[in-house]
Amino acid sequence: MKKVLTGNFAAAYAAVAARVQVISAYPITPQTTIVEILSELVARGELAADFIKVESEHSALAACIGAQAAGARTFTATSAQGLALMHELIHWTGRARLPIVLANVNRAMAPGWSIWADATDAISERDTGWMQIYCEDNQEVFDSILMAYRIGERAEILLPTLVNLDAFFLSHTSQVVDLYDAERIDAFLPPYRPAVKLDVADPRSFGALTSPDYYYEFSYKIQKAHEAARQVIAETGKEFGSVFGRSYGLTEAYRCEDAEYVLVTYGTIAGTAKVAADRLREKGFRAGVLKIRYFRPFPAEDVVRILGRAAAAGVVDRAISYGQAGPFYTETRSVLPGAGPALTGFIAGLGGRDVSVADLESMFLQLRDGKHSPIVWIGVKP
Amino acid sequence: MKPKIRKDGTVAVEKTGDLPDMPVSMGSMKSNKTASWRSIRPVIIEERCKRCMICWKVCPEPAIRPGDPPVVDLDYCKGCGICIAECPFDAIDSEKEGK
Amino acid sequence: MNAAELQKKTPFRLTLPEEEILSPGHLACQGCGAAMAMRYALKALGRNTILSIPACCWAVIDGPFPYSAAGVPVFHCAFETAASTAAGITHALSRLGLDEITTVAWAGDGGTFDIGLQALSGAAERNDNMIYVVYDNEAYMNTGIQRSSATPHGAWTTTTPTLQFKKGPKKNIMEIMVAHSIPYAATANIAYPEDLVKKLQKARSLRGMRFLHVYAPCPTGWKHAPGVTVKIARMATECNVFPIYEVEEGVYSINRRNPNPKPVAEYLKMQGRFHHLREEDVQFIQSRVDRDWQRLIKLEQAFGKAAGT
Repeated sequence: MKKVLTGNFAAAYAAVAARVQVISAYPITPQTTIVEILSELVARGELAADFIKVESEHSALAACIGAQAAGARTFTATSAQGLALMHELIHWTGRARLPIVLANVNRAMAPGWSIWADATDAISERDTGWMQIYCEDNQEVFDSILMAYRIGERAEILLPTLVNLDAFFLSHTSQVVDLYDAERIDAFLPPYRPAVKLDVADPRSFGALTSPDYYYEFSYKIQKAHEAARQVIAETGKEFGSVFGRSYGLTEAYRCEDAEYVLVTYGTIAGTAKVAADRLREKGFRAGVLKIRYFRPFPAEDVVRILGRAAAAGVVDRAISYGQAGPFYTETRSVLPGAGPALTGFIAGLGGRDVSVADLESMFLQLRDGKHSPIVWIGVKP
Repeated sequence: MKPKIRKDGTVAVEKTGDLPDMPVSMGSMKSNKTASWRSIRPVIIEERCKRCMICWKVCPEPAIRPGDPPVVDLDYCKGCGICIAECPFDAIDSEKEGK
Repeated sequence: MNAAELQKKTPFRLTLPEEEILSPGHLACQGCGAAMAMRYALKALGRNTILSIPACCWAVIDGPFPYSAAGVPVFHCAFETAASTAAGITHALSRLGLDEITTVAWAGDGGTFDIGLQALSGAAERNDNMIYVVYDNEAYMNTGIQRSSATPHGAWTTTTPTLQFKKGPKKNIMEIMVAHSIPYAATANIAYPEDLVKKLQKARSLRGMRFLHVYAPCPTGWKHAPGVTVKIARMATECNVFPIYEVEEGVYSINRRNPNPKPVAEYLKMQGRFHHLREEDVQFIQSRVDRDWQRLIKLEQAFGKAAGT
């Protein structure tokens, strides 16, 4: 079944399709319509779930943690300030190995108050043990949430996932989304049955005081789960394609086979970059786009393989790590061998500033011009 | 999860593979004998004891089993002295440990 | 006289459920009121219980990984999330058809009166199906005796040194909870375990947010010998510092009255944390205890069982 849906509705319908059992969320612009439609669907009985309407995002994730630990599949959604308020529990979820899925509408952090797109909110949650996906369109939002449960709940993974969608560019923009049919989705995503949970028949404590004798190994296990997730993500993305007709990987390489110049980017900028690459190719400029879907686990192999063929590459970040550079730039830089392509970091679109096709064309051309710098500001006022 | 439990009730963790994915308990604190915390030892004087079981009731551990007379489990008694203070019949003596 | 003869002459009767769910070997200090509270609570609630425990003494008492003392499932949660984590647990249990399991949020006074108050208020307003127990030792004891909003006027703590002891009243958490119109709110005291057990059993038979404020002395933080924990706890109620009452669907009942309440000075002098107080400080505390007690009596008169008749 196909519907015209905003990104927020696609996220909400994905939660429904995943048959989540407990939802807990708190409204925040521009995520709000996710909680609104889920409230409506739960009230109408279209989703057999308890929706805990909490008094803060902090409690929202805490409630999801409790529910997931008790054996329920849970969902939450937030944005920017809300995600920041959850921060303590974002860590908690990762270390508790609870495969919760959170739809985060990427929004700029205040002050000044901004409700517009910026990925700095999610980047700030980089080191929490969560997997992170950045979506280009609403179909990808829907598909990514379904796959996030499937991947995260695997016994050898047990990791939560942050599914990111850009404020307004996706959250409030309508696109055609294929919702598939319930039978195929149920077959793809069986009910959540954790091996260990809060169980009165097998009473255990979860998350007790952990000495240096053990804490280290628990951290090691999270890293190992992320490393294992790379392959599971790739396999699940392929399987998803065979079932539903759309395949996914950790990255998506667009016209990169023979590309001399590649822009690495994520979220909705990836779509714009593809248009820019098409236009430049019409003029004989061999442009390609490497869309990073998964920021965690970071797709090091894909990046090295695809950028290794390019003469120069740039990374377009709608986020910044102050005092260093764009976060995807530094990650990309960190995995490339010394002899890799020249790499430029572009900062673009912070706080929802439009990143146009012309902007991206100019970035491609800058790669050709050979002035490579860790930070190039696109469109900053002189 | 099949933890290796030693005879004394402690959990044997030798390899990373012996650990669960997150810190989930695998054994009971009963393996932690707290006798060494004690500087005084309660001694129930059978003749004075009226079997009211208040000592059993007030023990925070619990380290007193109800009985005739009640029995102090010296593996766990921390020597807090609440049973001594609460006994209405002065039937529990306080003895210094290590004497 | 041998033991068999004694048994004939002095048969014993237990006034609490016999089964011990809490195992010994836990890490509570000697004479810990919080350990007693948990032992009684588990006796009352049984094994069909799941606990959410935030940062508090009990996060340590239960024991380090890979051990636990509680005997029931425990989810160690973030400091301010006892109620919100429990909300998630109870909704999940309901959704999974496991309604017969009792979800208990078990937090200290810091995690309840202070950092966890927002989450608790949210869960109370939603009337989430849980029993919330605060074991109140009147300061942040796990971090080493820092004042909380449950610390009473006059008390020394490491952040309210004797030269600038805690000024101002203890926050009235019961009134805050009653103001949420929850089905059941009650106080209890480890000195009266039968009352505590009875209240938790009553709470278990109800649904929605049920709140229990348990008075739990801390020898380490209150500076008293561990052996007098129960005596101090009893004295707190006998001098009206900690009244025992319950509010069921808005109806107040005082469960324990003191025809001749003892002077508060008796209570204060038992604890090192009050030793710096001058006579006028003690008189002031007495006047506030009297005022609060009179207020409670008026609440019972206005909103007690007899009020409507």
